Amino acid sequence: MDSSRILITGLSTYWGGRLAQALERFPEVEAVIGVDNEEPSVELERTEYVKVGAQHALLRRVVEAAEIDTVVDTRLVVDSATTSSSKAHENNVMGTMNILAACSGADSPVRKVVFKSSTHFYGCHTDDPAFFDETMRRPQQPRTGIEKDIVEAEASVNEFAERHPDTAVSILRFANVLGPDVETSHIKLFSLPVVPMILGFDPRYQFVHEDDVVHALEHAVKHRVPGTYNVAGDGVLALSEVAGLLGKPYAPVLPPWGTGLATSVLRRLGVEIPPEALEQMRYGRGVDNRRFKASGFHYQHTSRETVMKLGEHLRIHPVVRGAQEPYRYEREVEDFLRWSPHVKNTRDKQVTALSRDQLAELQRLLTSFADTAGMDLDRQPAADRAAEAERRAEAAEEAARDAATRAARAEQRAEKQGREAAEESVRQAAERPRPSARPVEHYDDLAAEEVIALLASLEHEDLQTLRVYEREHANRARVLSAIESVLARGGSRV
Amino acid sequence: MRDRAAPTTALVPAEELKSHLPGVEPERQLNDWGRSERIEGIFDRTVAEFFYRYWFRAEVEGIENVPAAGGALLVSNHSGALPPDAAMIAKAIREEHTHARPLNITVEHFFKGYPGFSTLLPKIGCVPAHPANVHRLLYDEDQLVLVFPEGRKATEKLYKDRYRLRRFGRGGFVEAAMRARAPIVPVCVVGAEESAPVFAQVGLMKRLTGLLYFPITPTFPHFGLLGMLGYLPAKFKLRFLEPIHFDDEGMHEDKALVQTVAHEVRARIQEGLWDMLAKRKSVWFG
Repeated sequence: MDSSRILITGLSTYWGGRLAQALERFPEVEAVIGVDNEEPSVELERTEYVKVGAQHALLRRVVEAAEIDTVVDTRLVVDSATTSSSKAHENNVMGTMNILAACSGADSPVRKVVFKSSTHFYGCHTDDPAFFDETMRRPQQPRTGIEKDIVEAEASVNEFAERHPDTAVSILRFANVLGPDVETSHIKLFSLPVVPMILGFDPRYQFVHEDDVVHALEHAVKHRVPGTYNVAGDGVLALSEVAGLLGKPYAPVLPPWGTGLATSVLRRLGVEIPPEALEQMRYGRGVDNRRFKASGFHYQHTSRETVMKLGEHLRIHPVVRGAQEPYRYEREVEDFLRWSPHVKNTRDKQVTALSRDQLAELQRLLTSFADTAGMDLDRQPAADRAAEAERRAEAAEEAARDAATRAARAEQRAEKQGREAAEESVRQAAERPRPSARPVEHYDDLAAEEVIALLASLEHEDLQTLRVYEREHANRARVLSAIESVLARGGSRV
Repeated sequence: MRDRAAPTTALVPAEELKSHLPGVEPERQLNDWGRSERIEGIFDRTVAEFFYRYWFRAEVEGIENVPAAGGALLVSNHSGALPPDAAMIAKAIREEHTHARPLNITVEHFFKGYPGFSTLLPKIGCVPAHPANVHRLLYDEDQLVLVFPEGRKATEKLYKDRYRLRRFGRGGFVEAAMRARAPIVPVCVVGAEESAPVFAQVGLMKRLTGLLYFPITPTFPHFGLLGMLGYLPAKFKLRFLEPIHFDDEGMHEDKALVQTVAHEVRARIQEGLWDMLAKRKSVWFG
């Protein structure tokens, strides 16, 4: 993990929320702070929300106070149907400038900026290459408002990158996003009973799945990938092919000439086709996604699979609609859950998500653990001690592994035999020198919750030792089950 | 508007990028360029088959000069209102070559913006003539690409100028081949000029219809748009010349060399054409 203190701008947007959810799961990430004018739209565990828009003075104070090292900007509006053009311009151009201003300066703690952009940057024209790569400029000046905004916003990001050569600036240009949860103009068009087309045109489209978008942003946070990258699923589809995959007929309802007029008629009927989408419906666009793949990213979905997933969702959606209550942000509840000393069970639920105080406590416990391990060997000369410790650790590890495999095998046998075998393996494990020693100093003084909070930081062998010790001494069911679950999770990771 | 270069993306070697090409999804009927095996097959079995075998009775020499594997750039002379030469070259490779390789035909960007053409042309293997497209096809995808360096100047020329090659642009095609280190195969086509003679160009009608050009041919415009397909049954002869190889890296940066090679290719095609015309006894029977 390249970043540990992360600021997400645009937390209330779909992408900001999804990214915060993804990042707060990493124990290496110390802090996730989200800013936005509006309240978060998804449930978050430990992300802190600060209600501030793109005012650079305020943002700068947040950045400096929290020693933010990574800023992820997910705010960019890439669909002109979602807001008015003046608001979009304000958000895309002025907002980006302000956020960059908050990250600039020689004393800024920011070391990385990730900017979510769009392949609308390239526009759609007759003289486009079939696959835009990141080094290509658009052949014509942008015509639609959103495209102008995106070009201008990227220009200020590039200017920032030039002025701050030590800061890793990643611009990710995403192709059209599809998925069950996100809302875009194209998804609305694909939800219609027939897929509208312009007569005589069958444009090429490339899509990216919403999960891949989140993973791509995550990839840019986790690794250092400065530069501009196209993010789009493999494969370019023709619009007629998309309709086929969705299982819908396509209807060339828009005339090739006077398309604008027909679009305004459609708008009256409730079908909104924003100008940048209309350009795409005429000329289409493909991008070269290989550079981002070369940076180590793996797509989970191709364009085709993305469309098929959407098709499945569109078919099931009318049936399951409204089954889930939408999330509503309540400041007081969120504050209580995060900061109240009386909140107990969140620790059980979120073993890995430790607060700063807990981390400090853990550190202390671990140091004392190391001390006790050392003290046992005090009688031997110092030179031998290391070798001896290593040998013992190995022996203990082997015995533990032995016990574990035996226990696993035992489980498969009949229940009665199984119990015997388990007892035997416990007895065997108990005969080893280490387990009888307390694995952590003052271990017996710790409450069950404190032990559980500690588990995530321990190694596999230590956990097994701890399990045996716990079984022999306090034998608390909660602690034992927590150890088992941590072990099981660790096993799946290996 | 500020115009700034994108921040330098880590330079990835071209060979590595090649390994990241999207895989083929066998369930699909179209490829990433929009080419449809099904529609191309139908076109090939009906229209192309009819014209190639019965109408133009095409004759092919030097088909072995088209490489059986790897990228190669075919360069040909060009003519006709709705040029039949491209389809005949594609058909010749499919019919006569030991490896029936698909041919990517570069066409004017104009067609991408014209309803109907925009849908149909990509399906039968036409791609817009963009240097990046040619490079990707030649280098990354190891495909055959056909270019007409004369471009529009050739299809606009009148019957009286037949078989006189126009200027070969700025030699962009040579640059593309050198960059991709793909050989150039010059191709001479005889018969296309007589099959679709253009007697005049009407500038006013061109502006009114928004078409690329508005020719007067034996069947157009009085038989409508389909009249553009009304070819006369001239005898077609195709000759594939010896390939020209480019093995050194960075040759495309030498502009003088690019121009020299472009002239050389043009001269070879012109020479081939004169030779074929001299040996032709009849326009209609060969």
